Amino acid sequence: MLFVVVLILMLTGAINYNLSLGHALTFLLAGLFFVSIFHTVRNLLELRIVPGNAAPVFAGETAKFPVFLENPRPNVRCALALSIAPDDESTADVAASASASVAVSCAVSRRGVFLPGRMTLSSRYPLGFFRAWAYLTPDVSCLVYPRPIRAPLPKHSETFASDQWQGGKGQDDFTGLRQRQPNESFRRVAWKAAARDAERPLLNKQFSGGGARELILDWTMTSAEPDAEARLSILTGWILESEKQHIAYGLRLPECSFPPSHGARHRDACLKALALHA
Amino acid sequence: MLEEFARLEKRLHVDSRDWKAALLRFLARPSSRSAGPLDDEFPWIFAVIAATAAPHVSHLPLWLSLFCGIVLAGRVLLWKIKRPVPRGLPTLFALLGTAGIALEYRSLFGRDPGVALLFLFITLKSAEMRSRRDVIFIIMLGFFLLLTHYFYSQSIFTGIWLLLSILLLTATLLRLHGEKRSLRQTFGYAGELFAHAFPLMLILFLLFPRVQGPLWGLPRDAHAGLSGLSETLSPGSLDDLIQSGDIAFRVKFDGDEIPAKSDLYWRGPVFTDYDGLTWRARPFYLRGRAETTPTVDPEQRVYRYTTTLEPHNLRWILPLDMPVSAPANSFLTSTFETIVRSRVGMRTQYRFGSVVGNTIKVEESPPMLHEALLLPGNANPRTRAFAARLKERFDSPERLSSAALVHFREEEFVYTLQPPLLPEQNSIDEFLFETRSGFCEHYASAYVFLMRAAGIPARVVAGYQGGEVNPIDGYLMVRQSDAHAWAEIWLEGKGWRRIDPTAYIAPSRIEVGIRAALPATDLLPALVRLDSDWIRNLRNRWEAANNPWNQWILGYNPELQREVLSRIGLNDPNWRSMLTSLGVLCGGVLALVAVWTFRRRQSESPEERAWRRFCDKLARRGIRRFAWEGPIAFAERAEDAQPEIGALAREAALCYARLHYGVGEPALLERLKNCSARMARHPKTVNEGFA
Repeated sequence: MLFVVVLILMLTGAINYNLSLGHALTFLLAGLFFVSIFHTVRNLLELRIVPGNAAPVFAGETAKFPVFLENPRPNVRCALALSIAPDDESTADVAASASASVAVSCAVSRRGVFLPGRMTLSSRYPLGFFRAWAYLTPDVSCLVYPRPIRAPLPKHSETFASDQWQGGKGQDDFTGLRQRQPNESFRRVAWKAAARDAERPLLNKQFSGGGARELILDWTMTSAEPDAEARLSILTGWILESEKQHIAYGLRLPECSFPPSHGARHRDACLKALALHA
Repeated sequence: MLEEFARLEKRLHVDSRDWKAALLRFLARPSSRSAGPLDDEFPWIFAVIAATAAPHVSHLPLWLSLFCGIVLAGRVLLWKIKRPVPRGLPTLFALLGTAGIALEYRSLFGRDPGVALLFLFITLKSAEMRSRRDVIFIIMLGFFLLLTHYFYSQSIFTGIWLLLSILLLTATLLRLHGEKRSLRQTFGYAGELFAHAFPLMLILFLLFPRVQGPLWGLPRDAHAGLSGLSETLSPGSLDDLIQSGDIAFRVKFDGDEIPAKSDLYWRGPVFTDYDGLTWRARPFYLRGRAETTPTVDPEQRVYRYTTTLEPHNLRWILPLDMPVSAPANSFLTSTFETIVRSRVGMRTQYRFGSVVGNTIKVEESPPMLHEALLLPGNANPRTRAFAARLKERFDSPERLSSAALVHFREEEFVYTLQPPLLPEQNSIDEFLFETRSGFCEHYASAYVFLMRAAGIPARVVAGYQGGEVNPIDGYLMVRQSDAHAWAEIWLEGKGWRRIDPTAYIAPSRIEVGIRAALPATDLLPALVRLDSDWIRNLRNRWEAANNPWNQWILGYNPELQREVLSRIGLNDPNWRSMLTSLGVLCGGVLALVAVWTFRRRQSESPEERAWRRFCDKLARRGIRRFAWEGPIAFAERAEDAQPEIGALAREAALCYARLHYGVGEPALLERLKNCSARMARHPKTVNEGFA
């Protein structure tokens, strides 16, 4: 309200010194002050808002809810601020008769399904004398995985050979060639051999030593921790670490279990199970 | 950053001990603080400061303007090389500047030091822009600084400059609050806001109850720089005035009948006290009021006219000699000076009636006559001797006076604005018998001395003589350069008579004007001297344009407001009725502005409108079209959701698609509209069965 103070000072000055133009100046600014009410309101008027679900995040990270703003009016809208938490505003401009999207961020601290609750849409544009605002409670959510705790992977006590021809084979020492199976990776194909004789089926190089592992991450393996949340965090950390090391892993929780595998889909399914663990 | 610097150093082949290298290292030093998020807006802020502060340079002390200019230039340089402002420097500069201002004005309070401080602070604030709040503070300072320009000038030019400045400040506020469009669009939007605010300004200007200032005692320097006649008269005291082409006052005669130029004596202060060098006017409270208005021959023609007096910060006003009726808030002193209640601090209009002939007041109080005979000590012996000789030769005062004037005409007296300097002792002697060159005040002063020495009561009158009619609007303009001094002598049985010795030495001064009377070597301002027709014409037009500006905009005071309001039907306007009409009108205008702002421009074609209406109807049934969804796809989705309106939706979508994307005939538009109408017949069945 600095502006109102300035206006009153200016009016006083204009009266005291009998400045006719001073009156005019003050009144013009007062006019701007009142007119800007409508222009601020117009900035939000008839705006259509389509909120979306946020991509899953880990606890302690920031959830970003995409919001699609559609402007059916022929005037541009500037500096629309959307926020869930009052101190974290995301701003967007929407051109005339156009649409734009903005990611509204909100820090999340607990695993589970995060419901953002009330969102605030506000604007101080054009002159900042007034703030127009609207509340909306979008029906959106964000899945929050447990906060990962970095921990060494458990000893592969439960590493087992589920597949005979793959089991026991390592990655270090070349031991020979073997016909490639259709579902095997192309990474170990002996291309030189293939180039020599186009008629023969593809051969794979065989190695021994090291050892491809499969891990079963079991709820019971974390029983040293008394806190359930910490146990979930440890499991989360293991899943991330296994993904990083390209180790196939399975998950066993009291309510469900996942057979060993890897990849983004498998990881997300496991993490979701951890997030929603009751 | 360091690698970059190393590369830079290598390229320039500089020794690291070299001072250039040291400077480069300083500049390349990684900044501890970020230069600020507002750097993008810096050009705007710089423009704001320049626009609001620059016009003050003309009347602020030079050192302050230079100081602030250098600070601003330094700030721009820092912004260019993206360096933060050294910590503490702005505070140091603020202290230095404030101390300087305190020394310059011997005070920090009052009008001029206040303006100087504002000027200093807005410049220094540019070095302290850490947040948007700081910048908004600069803009608010700028708004206030704009107001202070009116202390010095309220001309049309100032008005236009300020209007443009406010536009700039508004555009800057827009930028600060998220405007990212082009320069043109930003100013366009600021202009739109202006256009909406303008009617409100007009209403407020007309109806906001005006209060006659000042609300409290003005600072002593409130009216500094106003020019006009002063309260004393000594050789050379009119110099500055005569050099000035400023307008002293404008006169509009009723019926446009203007007296002859040689009759246009505008009566100001009357000087009776002389100390050998300076004439002084008696204070009004010692002078007392005239018992009656001047008695004039009832046969004489009374001119009625309105004078618009420029402020001179003194209490007398200047009627045509001799006033017979004066404004209500004024009075006549016993020497016929017209005095108003308070100093004329603003442009004011006065109504007068005057006759140009002689008064026939035949009574004068003995103390007054005694006073009009006093001479200091025994200075000017030669003049006294001359007066004594005249007195011996001529028995009647009239003939004595005429003889003195003949002396002025026949001896080699010169009318010039640059007379030789007169000594403090016996200056009249020196003037009358040695230098013999001077202008009106010298002649009037010498003549009055001579008359007093010869025993005739006499006094000096100052004022203006002449004036020039502006053919554009018919106003008579009297300039400061028309300042004049003449004499009055007391003739027993006839009263006070005006005698103008200048008329005998340089008759053209009275008949034509000062331009004609002066030798060409005398310096006069271009505007006073220039005779060129087109320049004169241009000036006349400019002043004719200024006149309504002065009278209606600058002179809009409580009285004029009352007059205007009663003319537009608001009889007997008081605070309550003014505020009521103000509220009603402002409310009305704001409602109009709201409608205008919220309206939807008719940019859509007829088929677009018909389709939008159809979609709105569907939306009410729970099927909303997405912005990206084409008509056919939307119709299919609608059919999936509510099969009973599927056919209708498909028909409407097809009509719209043909109209909008293909070549559609008008009948399709009717069909599309018809679809909307038919939609109403379908009852809303969605989810209602479960309700």
